[in-house]
Amino acid sequence: MNTVLDFVPIWTIIIGMGVFFYVMLDGFDLGVGMLYGFAPDTPSRNLIMNSVAPIWDGNETWLVLGGVALLAAFPLAFAIIIPAVYFPVLVMLLSLVFRGLAFEFRFRDSEHKTFWDHAFCYGSASATFAQGVVLGSFIQGFEVTGRTFSGSSFDFLTPFSVLTGIALMFGYGLLGAGWLILKTEGAVQSEARRQGRICLVGVVIAIGIVSLWTPFASPAVAARWFSFPNIIIFAPVPILALVVAFLTWRALGSSREAGPFIGAACLFALSYIGIAISLFPMIVPYKYTLWDAASSEATQAFLLVGTLVLLPVVLMYTAWSYWVFRGKVRAEIGYH
Amino acid sequence: MELDALFLSRLQFAWVIIWHVMLPAFTIGTASYVAVLETSYFITKREIYLRLSTFWIRIFSVSFGMGVVSGVVMPFQFGTNWSRLSDAAANVLAPLLAYEALTAFFLEAAFLGVLLFGRNLVPRWAYLGATLMVALGTLISTFWILSANSWLQTPAGYELIDGRFFPKSWIDVIFNPSFPYRLTHNVIGFYITTGFVVMGVSAYLLRRGTFAEEGRVMMRMTLWLLTVLVPLQMYVGDAQGLNTLQHQPAKLAALEAIWETGPSMPLTLFAIPDEKTATNLFAIDIPYLGSLIWTHTLDGEVQGLNAFPREDWPPVVIPFFAFRAMVGFAVIMLGLVVWGNWLRYRGRLTTSPLYLKVLQITTPIGFFAVISGWLITEVGRQPWTVYGMLRTADSVSPSLTGLDVLISLIGYVTVYLFVYPTGILLMYRIVRKGPRLASTGEDDSPVKGGRPDAPVIAGAVEN
Repeated sequence: MNTVLDFVPIWTIIIGMGVFFYVMLDGFDLGVGMLYGFAPDTPSRNLIMNSVAPIWDGNETWLVLGGVALLAAFPLAFAIIIPAVYFPVLVMLLSLVFRGLAFEFRFRDSEHKTFWDHAFCYGSASATFAQGVVLGSFIQGFEVTGRTFSGSSFDFLTPFSVLTGIALMFGYGLLGAGWLILKTEGAVQSEARRQGRICLVGVVIAIGIVSLWTPFASPAVAARWFSFPNIIIFAPVPILALVVAFLTWRALGSSREAGPFIGAACLFALSYIGIAISLFPMIVPYKYTLWDAASSEATQAFLLVGTLVLLPVVLMYTAWSYWVFRGKVRAEIGYH
Repeated sequence: MELDALFLSRLQFAWVIIWHVMLPAFTIGTASYVAVLETSYFITKREIYLRLSTFWIRIFSVSFGMGVVSGVVMPFQFGTNWSRLSDAAANVLAPLLAYEALTAFFLEAAFLGVLLFGRNLVPRWAYLGATLMVALGTLISTFWILSANSWLQTPAGYELIDGRFFPKSWIDVIFNPSFPYRLTHNVIGFYITTGFVVMGVSAYLLRRGTFAEEGRVMMRMTLWLLTVLVPLQMYVGDAQGLNTLQHQPAKLAALEAIWETGPSMPLTLFAIPDEKTATNLFAIDIPYLGSLIWTHTLDGEVQGLNAFPREDWPPVVIPFFAFRAMVGFAVIMLGLVVWGNWLRYRGRLTTSPLYLKVLQITTPIGFFAVISGWLITEVGRQPWTVYGMLRTADSVSPSLTGLDVLISLIGYVTVYLFVYPTGILLMYRIVRKGPRLASTGEDDSPVKGGRPDAPVIAGAVEN
């Protein structure tokens, strides 16, 4: 390992950002998918689906990028974690098949519209739950022998991973509600405000339980947070989370349109930072660090050159495609 | 029988990749076709191009959606079922996949939204630009994914340290020996596949008599494309065969069912290869033709499977029959092109009932050829994942039990058997409705814009 040029920190930042982008972007459109199930009638369902129809594909691309970038920068982590969460990944992929196809098929296959309505809603819900389970399994760590996962394919199923699965459903629901408040008006918007508050309560309770559970289950995590001076350095994270939760609650109740989405995004960012504080520098928790799992310097360098040039370009034209569909979603644009 | 995680994992990969490959094979061609139509419309402003483009965008949007969701499945297969291949080869392979996502997937995804929903939201040039970007994205994607596949077939530019592959020269990795041939062969194959679909759809519209003008325009355009590409493909295919002979001789011996090395090799037109006794039953041979094809001389020596250790033999039956099928489809396609040009010369291209009927039947012929080709190259690569270096048996995730993989395989089989036929049915419906345009009041396209005169009531605009 060359100590002069260390690409691991920058790749950690890139992948960290990539995963965060995925969680934010596909998070809101999966959340919109779940809230879709509660819409009272066909016109509001059309509106809700059309609020994400032009952009969901781009959002999901971050999942592919996150997967292959992890494989490229930290292949050992990919090779251990993915087989360990075999079934959650399976459920996620098959759910994404249904909810992704629902956009086009619901519109084309009108005699089975109800079926595709369900596919969109339940597909979004089970994909979200599966992602939450993956997160929970990740935090709990894996049974590893040498360079391979050596546990059973059913190890993922624990009370903790089920909790994180449900937590993520509330989280994406909150993001989805924030998105709908931005993109819709009238009855659909006020319903989203009400749903946002329910989700926010769920999110705050879930964050609370996870924040207590994790240090109790792992002495290493407890030491990371509660030892001096860490307790002072890291204290702003939970305090800020509470403040943001309070502000989000108020924004949901006011007439502000951007506030709830920004609040939800900040809550996700703070939770994300919290998990990073607990686990750093582990990428296969409690076994391999980022540096252990890193790919060769030549690999990281080769991909870094392109990434630093291409990622800003990607962000630019992605922003353009969002800009084209800016403003309130209009009934006549999109699927009918 | 005990459930074998390795065998079931191979079956699962074969299942998800065979279904998936049909969509890129079609969307790559369709995206380019839409780009051509949009460019024609932009330049000539003839409304028929707009109608045709909108029509194909509808079909494209269904197939592209299916391509995306079945494509997201693919990179995760490396992790779930082939984790030891991932660990061993990621340093070399993964950047190619990551570059695919960075240079192609985002490009397609971002501009797809504009292509489907934005015709009236952006200026004409920007819409044309979005169309071109989507088409470009599909081609860039082909470049990277075939580079990765080719590296597994003919690994180059690497060094092996402790059983893992590390890059030495990225140029050699990306432009590995079989890549230029595979890329050319596939892109042409994808264009031909789409070409025959367009011919089939045109023939259908012409036979039905509705939208006959559209059918004529499409058929005349597409026959020119096929006239160039089908013969070219045969030449390129021959070149890729010779490349295989040079770099993967065991695969070549398998696809020709040549068991013993020798000069003046006959060409086996048909046989039932018996892998146990290493002989061909009921063989119909043409003397010298094998040597002529593979060495371009009458008495050239061709290696048989006996030149390789038994444990390195690929399966013979599947590559052997798939190769014959592929060549057979190629001959049929060439025949259709020759027939079409003869009819065109006689001025009866779009009026010959028999030709139109045959074209309608051969609509999916390109897909059959593409799948045959991939069966040859992937089954013929066995028993290796990284050719000659890493065995398939050593690539599978060690934690998986046969039951795990059986469950996931059943999941993929059930879901794909449901969504693929549904998708095909929906595309058929779009074709049946024909290339209608918004101004006729019969539009069923998501591509709408502008303010409605009255409040939109969902029931009124549903189709």
